[in-house]
Order: sequence, then C-alpha cells, then structure tokens
Amino acid sequence: MALANEAVARPRSVSLDVHAVSHAYDLEGRVLDVLDGIELAVRPGEFVALLGPSGSGKSTLLRLAAGLERPRAGALLEDGQPITAPDPSRILVFQDPTLFPWRTVWWNVATGLEARGLLAKHRHRVDDALALVKLETFANAYPHQLSGGMAQRVAIARALVNDPQLLLLDEPFGKLDSLTRLSMQNELLSLWQKVGFTALLVTHDVEEALLLANRVIVFSDRPARIVAEIAVDKPHPRRRDDPELVELRRAVLATLGISADV
Amino acid sequence: MTIDVDAVLVASSERVPAPAGRASGNLLAPFTPWLSTLAILLLWTAVSAGGLIGPRALPSPFDVLAAAWELTANGRLPAALVASLARVLAGTALGLVLGLGAGLLAGYYRVGEMVVDRPLQMLRAVPFNALVPLFIVAFGIGELMKVSLIAVGVLVPIYLNTFAGVRNVDSKLVEVGLVYRVPQRLIASKILFLGALPSILTGLRFSLAIAWIALVTSETVNTNAGVGYILAQAQRFVRTDQVFLCIVIYALLGILTDYLVRRLEGRLLAWRKSYDGR
Repeated sequence: MALANEAVARPRSVSLDVHAVSHAYDLEGRVLDVLDGIELAVRPGEFVALLGPSGSGKSTLLRLAAGLERPRAGALLEDGQPITAPDPSRILVFQDPTLFPWRTVWWNVATGLEARGLLAKHRHRVDDALALVKLETFANAYPHQLSGGMAQRVAIARALVNDPQLLLLDEPFGKLDSLTRLSMQNELLSLWQKVGFTALLVTHDVEEALLLANRVIVFSDRPARIVAEIAVDKPHPRRRDDPELVELRRAVLATLGISADV
Repeated sequence: MTIDVDAVLVASSERVPAPAGRASGNLLAPFTPWLSTLAILLLWTAVSAGGLIGPRALPSPFDVLAAAWELTANGRLPAALVASLARVLAGTALGLVLGLGAGLLAGYYRVGEMVVDRPLQMLRAVPFNALVPLFIVAFGIGELMKVSLIAVGVLVPIYLNTFAGVRNVDSKLVEVGLVYRVPQRLIASKILFLGALPSILTGLRFSLAIAWIALVTSETVNTNAGVGYILAQAQRFVRTDQVFLCIVIYALLGILTDYLVRRLEGRLLAWRKSYDGR
C-alpha cells in the first residue's frame, strides 16, 4: 500500500525512445557492426522483451540505454531527454548477479543509495527492497553463502532500492536452473505489477518473453535489425499452455528461423 | 496450487549459510600443526645426544637454550633484537608504502603502469643482495644502507601483487559501480582496492618473508648491533650454539610475522570462501 501511495507522488515509469540507433565495436582493427538502425518506442510502464540470436546485439542496446556507452549513430531518449551517462533512474541488471563479494547482502543492496549520499536518511529503503525479494532474513549473509537464485534476487533488490523508472534486464535468469527460473519469473512479474517500472528484458527464452512481456521484439543476426514485433495482449498471470501463447510461440520461433514443430 | 509450488521452489533454491569455520571438537587441535616441528626437535636432541656429531658441529637444543640464557643475561640479545627489529620495521614500512603506492598507481592508471612498471619489473629480476655493493657506494655502510636494502626487498612483492590484484578485479564489478553512479574515488577505494585485497595480503606475506632475508643480508655488512652481528661474531669464534640460536630466532620471527598476517587475513577476508584442503 505504501508503495502505491508513493507511486502517486513520484512517477514510477518513463518512456524509452530509441531513434535510428546504430552501434559498432572496434575489434583488433576491424569494425564489428552490432546494431543497425534500431527504432523502438517503449511506453511508460510497458514490459518489452528483446529476443534474438546470441551475439546479435541485444545486450548492447541495454548498455546504450543504461548510458554505459554512447551509440555511434542515432539517439536514445528517456522521457524525451537524451541519455548520455548512467543514471539511478535506469538500472541495468546483469546476467550474473555481480554482487560485491566482500559486502553483505544488506550492503550490496545499499550500494546505490550510499553512492548518492542518501543512505543515512533512507536505510529503511534497503530493508524494504530486501523484503520485496523476500530476503530480509539474509541481510547479513555474504554472497558466497547464497544460491544462484537468491544472489540474483539480491541484484534485483539492489536495482529496485533506487526506485528505477526503467529496469534493464540482461538475461537475468539465464544461468538459473529451470525451476528457480520459473519462480523468479513470477516474482519479477509481481514486482513489475506492484512497483510499476518500465521494463526492457533481454532473453533467449521465447516462453519467458511471451509469459512476461506486453510486446516481444525480435532481432536479426548481427548487425541487428528489428525483424518482428509481436504484441501479447493477454492479461497476467498467463498460462504457459494457453493455446494463444502456444500459437504466438510458433510465430516467434518462425521469425527466428526455427521450425515450430518442436 | 501456484503458491504451494512456489514455496517448494523457493525452499529448494535456498541454502542455509555455511558455518564460518571448521568445527573442532578436539582440544589438542590447535597444536597438531606443531607435531612435525616437535618431531624434528626430538630427532635433533637424539642425534646430538648420540654423540656421532660433535657439539662443535651440532649443539644440542639445550646448548642453544643455554646460549640464549647467556646472551640474555649479559644484555646482548635484547639489544640485538631491538636493533634488528628497528631496522626491519623501518625498512618494511618504507617498502610497503612505496610498493603499495606504486602498485595502486600502476593498477588504477594506465599512465601509472607505463611509468612505474618497467623499472620495477627490472628491479624484480635483480636479486636484491646484488644491490649491496651499489647501496654501499650510494648510502654508505650505516643504517641508511640497511634500511634501504630491506625496503627494496619488501617493495617488489607488494608492488607485483597489488598491481596484479587491481588488474584482476572483475570489470563487471566496476560497471556495477558506474551503473549506480559510484564516484570514481569510491570505485578506487571500495571496489578496486577491496577487490585487490586478497592479492595485496599475499604480497604482504611474501614481502615480510623477504624483509627478514634482507635483514640478514644487510647485517653481514659492517654491523655492530643486531642479530646478524651476534651471528657474525659467533661464526668468528666458532660458537655453533650461538649460530644455531640466531637461526632459531630468525625462524621464530618469520613464523611470528606470518602468524600476524594470517590473523589480518582472517579479519579482512572473512567474506571469502575458499578451498581449505581435505
């Protein structure tokens, strides 16, 4: 309830506009084109999934949106403002939890507030974030004492404590076992519904994309272009075996060039 | 139904934190690492008592204890220890500050690496006792030469391990710092330095071991105080018992410093979980 009230006071989500973005890397003197004229408009509060072959530049788009890199061409806008540097309103969650091994769970989550000098006044936000991911009893544990799923939940709490309006998720469940992944997907979904951030999720998992996202964007091979855009107009929670989703899965796999008779 | 499944999934994916250390139900456990040392002492006593080797070549442990008592009673040993410890402390402090500073500089900044790495790599290739003649010319035969020699010996391992430690920090952790807008100076002190700490402490241990070696080397040159001086005198007058005493003292001091670094590691690296043998 407290969260809902806060949401009124502070806008919880932003739009993300990607305009004609192209990007390339220098690889030992050769230029490696990664993104080729990406156009994408994500509405505030929308959950968009990016699918595509591995190495197709999905993660690169997230790094650009996070402000870790600047695109070679084009522009990225957050609520109309150009993205030029990292900002606590846009948090990137990596595939690995990348927790600081020398910090307890509590202090890992506190990282962002501490960096901005807000920790003294907002200690309770760390506790709230840990409660959101149901890890309050592990506040004093060190990362090596956590399972993979717990560590990734800490990483998500570390992001949420900053009240991100845009959550950028780079295959956050890619390395988890399949059972943990299912429960983490449900948790992410309920956090998204509760907190109301805009979400951009990179994933390899077609089913994951269809279960969570309002819209699925399919990238081509590198250099990536958008080859398909599939709206998923189904209310949450969705059922994996929903005939419509099964049909959509077939369609998405076809755009990825994979026979759907699997 | 869904809730039940979730509860099971979460429970199965959660582990209770592992206990901090190994449980030791045995009161004698702290002494077991010393058993092999005790065995060597017993062997030493037996061999010297057997009389095959004369006390000139191999004094018994009791002879060494008697020598320790004699040198303590006439005040030479305490004075020597004070002089040697002062040298080691001064040289080590200087070497650690310079080595750590150079290592962080080279680790943090590519410019720093360009400036300090090559000369220090060359210094590393030179056995530090080969520097003795040079240092005698440069600093004379007094304390300055001895302290400088220890400092140079100490500097190299701490530098190498600090530099390597900083450069081995996972770049993803630095990116996390950037994403959360951690200021550069805190990225240096709270991410790079702490990430390098295990390696830095390894370097510290090597450095302190070398400090004692450098002390012995430096005390062979024109010394009139210190454990090395007693050693040199004992050799001249064929007091093998005193020679053994000095060697034992060096060994004990080495073990003591190693113990202190281990304690420090235990405190500073409590967050680490590493393989501790089967």
